[in-house]
Amino acid sequence: MNELIFFFNKVIVAGSVIGSIYAMGAIGVTLVFAILRFAHFAHADLMTLGAFFSYILVVAFPELGGFVGLPTGFVVLPVAMVLTAIFAIGLDKTFYKPLRDKNVKPVVIVIASVGVTLMIQGVIRLFAGTTSRNFFSVDGVAGKDIFRIKLPFEAASRKIFITEPQILLFIFLILAVGLLHYFLTRTRLGKAMRAMSDNPDLARVSGINTNVVVWTTWIIAGGLAAAAGTLLSMDVILKPDLSFNILLPIFAAAIVGGVGQPYGAIAGGFVVGFAETLSVFNWAILLRPFRDSIPEWIELPSKIAFVPTEYKIIVPFVLLIAILVWKPTGIFKGKVL
Amino acid sequence: MALLEAKGLYAGYGGMNILNGVDAVIDADEIGVIIGANGAGKSTLLKAIFGLLHVSQGTVKLAGKDITNMAPDKLVRAGMAFVPQEQNIFPSLSVEENLEMGAFVRRDDFSHLIEQIYGYFPDLAEKRNQPAGELSGGQRQMVAMGRALMIEPSLLLLDEPTAGLSPRYMNEIFERIIAINKTGVGVLMVEQNAKQALAIAHKGFVLANGRNRFTNTGEALLNDPEVAKSFLGG
Repeated sequence: MNELIFFFNKVIVAGSVIGSIYAMGAIGVTLVFAILRFAHFAHADLMTLGAFFSYILVVAFPELGGFVGLPTGFVVLPVAMVLTAIFAIGLDKTFYKPLRDKNVKPVVIVIASVGVTLMIQGVIRLFAGTTSRNFFSVDGVAGKDIFRIKLPFEAASRKIFITEPQILLFIFLILAVGLLHYFLTRTRLGKAMRAMSDNPDLARVSGINTNVVVWTTWIIAGGLAAAAGTLLSMDVILKPDLSFNILLPIFAAAIVGGVGQPYGAIAGGFVVGFAETLSVFNWAILLRPFRDSIPEWIELPSKIAFVPTEYKIIVPFVLLIAILVWKPTGIFKGKVL
Repeated sequence: MALLEAKGLYAGYGGMNILNGVDAVIDADEIGVIIGANGAGKSTLLKAIFGLLHVSQGTVKLAGKDITNMAPDKLVRAGMAFVPQEQNIFPSLSVEENLEMGAFVRRDDFSHLIEQIYGYFPDLAEKRNQPAGELSGGQRQMVAMGRALMIEPSLLLLDEPTAGLSPRYMNEIFERIIAINKTGVGVLMVEQNAKQALAIAHKGFVLANGRNRFTNTGEALLNDPEVAKSFLGG
């Protein structure tokens, strides 16, 4: 029983957490690709930046969370999302739109976004250095609540662990996905976004204001990136060098789900997240209860994991290749790259 | 006053002119048909009128108002709709969403228009919630025309509306074009099926090498032996 609870904590909870983060990032990457037809390499930096916006707001108003009984980082999140969305639109106007207007090939804009990612990383390091920061050590009111849930079984002495930021993350993701679904299927602008993803020339011929659609894309992508960055940093720690470590799994998630498909990005995020936690999990622990029934000449190793934790970054890519061999356009039929 | 008055148009790609001074004038209740050999500039003329190509010389007027080189979204607001030859639908959107996108510039209630279009094309009414990409070629063309009609245009530009369609759908599309025209919508279309198209045309424009070769009523062109010999396959 304890072994199963250990599995639940290490795989189900951890996989859902990282899967939610990947999903929120992948939605942004996939939407930017659907509308602007380029892979946005600076996306993970929008996450780091969004998390820093939240952190600065927490430092400036540390008491804010006390009014509603939630961590201050979560209370200031909407403001950080707005700031990041504005920043994303600014990036587009300064770097990507001038290139689009010149009708350059998409690969040129991809390279520009690599430049942008290095620039943002440099700026963040310039001001924040390389030290990690903890949201809860600057929060004036709340500490990080950890819920230890005891299951009503005799054999279950181990408890299920879940933290307040994790619960807030799940609630936020469910709300965000619901709102996004409503937006894409029920509103005029959301449908125009899908239309432009389908056929940009016809969208223009139909009189759809493509600039408004582009801004909306950056608002959604930037907002979700800020939320993912903040919620991840609240759960673990705010690292200035988050960027590349999270960018690659997010791209894997977007491609696995089907490029250009927001629902695919959510599925892809969880597939990649669970693949990571499942492959670094020590399966020997689940075998321990059967120790007595295993013949003596088989020696049970103390650790059976598919990949050592340090190498877990390879998991998304093995998975990516496997899924693309099986379904070349991803789980949800995506666009051809 | 003419509905559409294009005079002396010069336009092309990358500095090379494909149109060398083309005229096209139609009235509000008319169907105009553009025919000609491949490369004569038929589709280019439609694109130049709809602001998709830069017009270097000449003027385009819609109901007397100069619209030369106006951006497509402004033209849509001015009452001109364009149906491209290929990729003229949003494949992952449902039939009804395609129609809604045609009405993107409208802020009023357009549900009666959607019903009106289902009246024109009963095939579409049954498939209103199906992704348009799953429809047959003829039905897609209906979606494309329906999308363009959502702004209640005064002028409808059609680029080869029957290209690649079976004879059954071809006749149906021509019938619908006549019906739409009877409601007071001017139509200017490019057609490969020249005989059938001229038969329903009030005006025909025969282009060759980016110039007007013959311009007359559809009937007169059909009966002109020279046109018949060179452009209607004898």
